[in-house]
Amino acid sequence: MTAYRRPRPSLVRNPRLGAWLTIRPDGRVLVRSGKVELGQGVLTALAQIAADELDVDVTRVVMVPARTDHSPNEGYTAGSMSIQHSGDALRAVCAQAREIYLRAASLALHEPVETLSVVDGDIVAASGRRTSYWLIADEALLDVEDADTSPIKATDEYRTVGRSLSRLDVPDKVVGHPRFIHDLRFDGQLYGRVVRPPARVATLISADLAPVRAMAGVVHVVRDGNFLGVIAEREEVAVRAAEALRSASRWECADSLPSESGLVEFLVTAPTETTVIHDTFAASTPVEPERSLARRFSRGYVAHASLAPSCGIARWDSGRLRVWTHSQGIYPLRAELARAFALTEDDVVVEHVDGAGCYGHNAADDAAYDAALLGCAVPGRHVQVVWSRQDEMTWEPFGPAMVVDIGVDLDNDSQILGWRHDVWSNGHTSRPGGPGSPPLLGSTHRAHAQEPVVALDPPITSGGGSARNAVPLYDLPAVQVAVHRLQTMPLRTSALRALGAHLNVYAIESVIDELAEAAGVDPIKYRISKLHDERACAVLDAVAERSGWGRPIEPGGTRGRGVGFARYKNAGAYCAVVAEVEAEAQIRVTRLTIAVDVGLVVNPDGVVNQIEGGALQSLSWTTLEQVHFDRQQVTSQTWEEYPILTFDQAPRVDVVLLDRPDLPPVGSGEAAAGPTAAAIGNAVADALGVRVRSLPLTPGNIIAAL
Amino acid sequence: MAETFRVQVNGATHTVECEADTPLLYLLRNDLGLLGTRFGCGLGLCGACNVLVDGTPVHSCDTPVWSVVGKAVTTVEGLGSANAPHRLQDSFVDEQALQCGFCTSGMLVTAAALLERSPDVDEAGVRAALRGNLCRCGTHNRIVAAVLAARPESA
Repeated sequence: MTAYRRPRPSLVRNPRLGAWLTIRPDGRVLVRSGKVELGQGVLTALAQIAADELDVDVTRVVMVPARTDHSPNEGYTAGSMSIQHSGDALRAVCAQAREIYLRAASLALHEPVETLSVVDGDIVAASGRRTSYWLIADEALLDVEDADTSPIKATDEYRTVGRSLSRLDVPDKVVGHPRFIHDLRFDGQLYGRVVRPPARVATLISADLAPVRAMAGVVHVVRDGNFLGVIAEREEVAVRAAEALRSASRWECADSLPSESGLVEFLVTAPTETTVIHDTFAASTPVEPERSLARRFSRGYVAHASLAPSCGIARWDSGRLRVWTHSQGIYPLRAELARAFALTEDDVVVEHVDGAGCYGHNAADDAAYDAALLGCAVPGRHVQVVWSRQDEMTWEPFGPAMVVDIGVDLDNDSQILGWRHDVWSNGHTSRPGGPGSPPLLGSTHRAHAQEPVVALDPPITSGGGSARNAVPLYDLPAVQVAVHRLQTMPLRTSALRALGAHLNVYAIESVIDELAEAAGVDPIKYRISKLHDERACAVLDAVAERSGWGRPIEPGGTRGRGVGFARYKNAGAYCAVVAEVEAEAQIRVTRLTIAVDVGLVVNPDGVVNQIEGGALQSLSWTTLEQVHFDRQQVTSQTWEEYPILTFDQAPRVDVVLLDRPDLPPVGSGEAAAGPTAAAIGNAVADALGVRVRSLPLTPGNIIAAL
Repeated sequence: MAETFRVQVNGATHTVECEADTPLLYLLRNDLGLLGTRFGCGLGLCGACNVLVDGTPVHSCDTPVWSVVGKAVTTVEGLGSANAPHRLQDSFVDEQALQCGFCTSGMLVTAAALLERSPDVDEAGVRAALRGNLCRCGTHNRIVAAVLAARPESA
């Protein structure tokens, strides 16, 4: 078996080996990744990769939390790219480090390098003479740039990679050890809370600060334009003071949001920038269609709805700023904070600390800004800001509401002649960092407010945003995909796990199912007939077999079964899902069966956990979730108004991992989102005989479809 | 106005000074240093802050300090430790029953009360008992498996 090879952008950006790795005399290996733990288990997988390439036991590997003054800059931890970018870099770094240490050992032992082998860091010569990484340990040895000369191991040489190693962070988390940013406690730490405006467009008329300042334990009250905040010695005092401040403030509010019931109409009539991202019509032979089919799909805004409200900690000292954050991108956040507070990047140090799962770009960066802004008032002391649940649900950047139109030209035999896919959406990223990038929330409320920037889409080469997975993987004679990105942004939007793939895959797979039915062909066989990618067919075959697709489902007029398939970003993991549902007063998903191919599997249970979790989260989005709002503000501010999947609603999830040790590993976190949604939609159609094209699949949307 | 309270947490008695309506959560986290109990919503709707009061799960975010005087409070730290873990803590590791882990303490505490009350609970019973505990990562089935595996007869 041979080692795979592909570009290593993280290593090109951070070529010094010592930036990634330190071998210590005490027998530990410190590994610094620029990727961060978001609850997805990535640091465990990266430790496995490093351990194998170095020939050390994985228990020697210490994953150092990412910090801007000592970690390689790997941009964002997003898009299911960590195993590829950081993993590939670490493989190359560790392979070179191993070779450098072997050469040093060869000199020390006066033994030819070819006679040396490494066993858990012990370097043993054929003669029996020995030394170790730990005896040789010298940081200067790795103060060299990537030369890309050392071969990485072939996959059949891996010992730790491919095993379901227990996650490194789990033991702490089950005994309640402080592990999250919310748990950090510094000497003299203060607690900050922010009072947000009551509407998206609101002006603070007056605020009586004096009584709040006079509250026992209140250290400072901040008013800066429409930005209000308090700092207190005790956390509960900060919470009470914020409520008092809210009561003491008067605002003038204006309507700025579209009508929720007219959201679809708003999306397709708002000013947009249209980009055709894919068009093979010109290259195809035009055939006059006998008939055509037009279908419209939509979803509302979807919240990240992290279980923990966002948190940031900041401390100012002599004009220098230190920040602790659960951001997905500590370097871009540093750039944004430097810009916002007119500092040089060297004056800002940003350190990552675990937060709760974020599932994309939530309010983590905004909370860091809030802490930095409040912290200005109390230099020399740490200020921890925790958002309220209501603010988290109201002000986080949401996954955009979307409309997808699919038009298909057909001949007399229901054969597809042409396929058009149009997406209307706000952009899927408002991530901070750098000139022209969107400002953080707090800075849009200050006296000299920064203007919000309408969300963009990541480039198509990175998988796109609105257009993610909009190009069908199926063999179709002519395909055109156009994105209509909104130029106005009533509610701030940004990246939510899988981005546009959730609705794009739902829509494509719904239409494909409908065409299979029209052609009188089994939905899985129909898909396979239009896929010439062997890995795509393999996941469909596997899910058919595991789910018992050939067997009739249990009788009962309201039961249904459906399939969904996609290759994430058309370049990542292959995933096929079969959903079984009972469609009664509500949709109840009773079983999910999933087959997935992520190439080489670094940690099988880690991948299964990500697939299960991604599927259940998508089930929650697809059947339950929609942000509600009136003309001024979001109104779904708690878990009662924004319900998510509960234990009694979670079906059994059965995951089949296809083993591909010879193929490069790709990420798994977002692969299940689109196919799961699609499988549920198709199962509902099977059960009810009607296609519901407006998400979520609530009783109201189902009745409207009937 | 701050008052003095004596509260019993994880078997030890503590004297603390705070306002009577201070949520138990903040006293645990900020006065007693028991940071394993977590703030999720402040409204008693997610279960991340669950602790046991005389063996019954309560939301510590909306439980005032005055109401637990004379009662026994148990937090996740009181269930077990790294050296002497509770069966549930072991089974959560065995099943890798978490992703981000922010909900984990509340899950463990709620499940511990369930197993005390109903040692032979079945899967549907576990799901019903955990209905008020939210997990956003989608690890529900792993958590259910871990709780079932921690039942006494599963040994």
